[in-house]
Amino acid sequence: MASESASVDTTSDRGPTPDFDKFVPKRSYTQWRKRKDLFMRILIFLSFVVALIPLISVLWTLIANGVGRLDWYFLTHNMNHIKGGMPAQGTDDEYGGIMHAMIGTLEITLGAMAISIPIGLFTAVYLVEYSSGGRLYHAISFFVDIMSGIPSIVAGLFSFSLFSVFAGHGVSTGFVGSVALSVLMIPTVVRSSQEMLKIVPQDLREASYALGVTKSRTITKIVLRTSLSGIVSGVLLAIARVIGETAPLLITAGSNIKTNGNLFSGTMMSLPVYINSEYEKRTVNCRADVANCVSTIPMERAWAAALVLIIIVLVLNLIGRLVAKIFAIDENQK
Amino acid sequence: MGQRIDVKNLNVYYGNFHAVQDVNMVIPANKVTAFIGPSGCGKSTVLRTLNRMHEITPGAYCTGEVLLEGKNLYDKDTDPVEVRRNVGMVFQRANPFPTMSIRENVLAGVTLNNRKISKSDADDLVEWALRGANLWKEVKDRLDNPGIGLSGGQQQRLCIARAVAVHPQVLLMDEPCSALDPISTLAVEDLINELKKDYTIVIVTHNMQQAARCSDYTGFFNLEAIGKPGHLVELDETSTIFQHPKNPKTEEYISGRFG
Ligand SMILES: Nc1ncnc2c1ncn2[C@@H]1O[C@H](COP(=O)(O)OP(=O)(O)O)[C@@H](O)[C@H]1O
Ligand SMILES: [Mg+2]
Repeated sequence: MASESASVDTTSDRGPTPDFDKFVPKRSYTQWRKRKDLFMRILIFLSFVVALIPLISVLWTLIANGVGRLDWYFLTHNMNHIKGGMPAQGTDDEYGGIMHAMIGTLEITLGAMAISIPIGLFTAVYLVEYSSGGRLYHAISFFVDIMSGIPSIVAGLFSFSLFSVFAGHGVSTGFVGSVALSVLMIPTVVRSSQEMLKIVPQDLREASYALGVTKSRTITKIVLRTSLSGIVSGVLLAIARVIGETAPLLITAGSNIKTNGNLFSGTMMSLPVYINSEYEKRTVNCRADVANCVSTIPMERAWAAALVLIIIVLVLNLIGRLVAKIFAIDENQK
Repeated sequence: MGQRIDVKNLNVYYGNFHAVQDVNMVIPANKVTAFIGPSGCGKSTVLRTLNRMHEITPGAYCTGEVLLEGKNLYDKDTDPVEVRRNVGMVFQRANPFPTMSIRENVLAGVTLNNRKISKSDADDLVEWALRGANLWKEVKDRLDNPGIGLSGGQQQRLCIARAVAVHPQVLLMDEPCSALDPISTLAVEDLINELKKDYTIVIVTHNMQQAARCSDYTGFFNLEAIGKPGHLVELDETSTIFQHPKNPKTEEYISGRFG
């Protein structure tokens, strides 16, 4: 300004005058943009279809192969006293079931939840509400990232060796499996809860503090309550993710043909391990003179159990959505 | 009854940044005191030191004294949670708790502190606070609807009801009308005038007409340059500030010849 002040001409101080006509989009450009838009739309739709193909094919194969052996008897009986391709005693077309595996999966998963939800949630609360971005924050974030990359077999080996050291060599119980699964669940729970806590507006925390509410109650009653629906669906997704894990359970919980109601003692069958063990048998030998013997029965049981497993995962996802809806913040209704 | 606030040698820092320098002032009881001044001069910062809300910001601290009826808020044995029960706050953006109904929002100060309250006491408190905030007539038939379903102006009055329901002595308001339409603004201004019977009110506003309309005292804050700390230029009766300000800077700002 000062250097120009010698000049009396006021226009010299106005600066450049842009020619706005130059920047108006040309007609040809507009048409090209429309064509590009159409092209991209088709491309995106095709990718969507391609992504759906494996999903639908898996579902279709599962239903086609699994539905044959899936009945009430299959869901309510275990594999005790089942021999080879022979039907269970007192029946002529029932060949054992998966109740022991479903109960085992339930117990092991509940155990994993009991460990990983408190640890994961408290970690997330620490990261978002308490730490001020210091060294501990970065250390925890770093290790959570590392943890989410741990191969599941390594988590299983970790749990196996942990219990070998503290509970005697080679202990195999459902709880060892729960610990292995919680190693896989914790990072997911931490990350999803952390994201949910972060999006709670700072305004709400301040509003609560301004009413003379302590920090702990602000966290439990405002922050956690506001983000509850997101946290719950995050946890359910984490469960859906680990419920099908086979390798860690194979080395930690083992397998069993009977129902085991005690998480802390004895080996425990779970659905994925059941599927794996039936698959490994493939076929059984049948004597030609036995009428009801089915030599392909292990594969049929594996398909039916896989169908049940995927239904459980689907139901968990549905419950997650439902819970998210119930706890969600609705402006209009209560 | 409201309480009087004395601020002595107040300096506020955000980490290394010196935000406000050497504020000395008296905020009289049962009056409305307005803070005006250009953006970034530290009005909100000073307001938040009056109930220690600035301590929520990591790295923020202050030196000096803030005396509420002679008692220093920054004494070692003073609990900031206790301070905020005596000195309530209303924010620029209405922030009702989204998970709570209108009724639960008003009762939040009681229930969040885990105190039990009987149904009839709660009914009385809700009606009293909503009447006090001029909102009772509009919402009395839908107390169980969510608080965030109300209009912006109603939400802000709900926040005022929520703040008065803990029965503070002082009410701090940080630009409470800046997100509201003119009609809601008038409703809130009327409310401020009524509330001063029972509370000492400090209001930050960037609207000078508003300061002139609804305050008894006005403090003008200014800053010499961006990056320099803000300071209080003068605080006096509103009529004096707007008609015969002592400081030429105030005169400049009031008459719009600023900057
Ligand atoms: N949370 C914060 N962290 C760092 N600096 C801040 C923060 N809040 C405000 N400031 C700074 O403090 C000064 C005063 O801000 P503020 O009190 O918000 O001004 P006003 O309310 O008068 O517009 C400004 O320079 C601003 O950048
Ligand atoms: Mg401000």
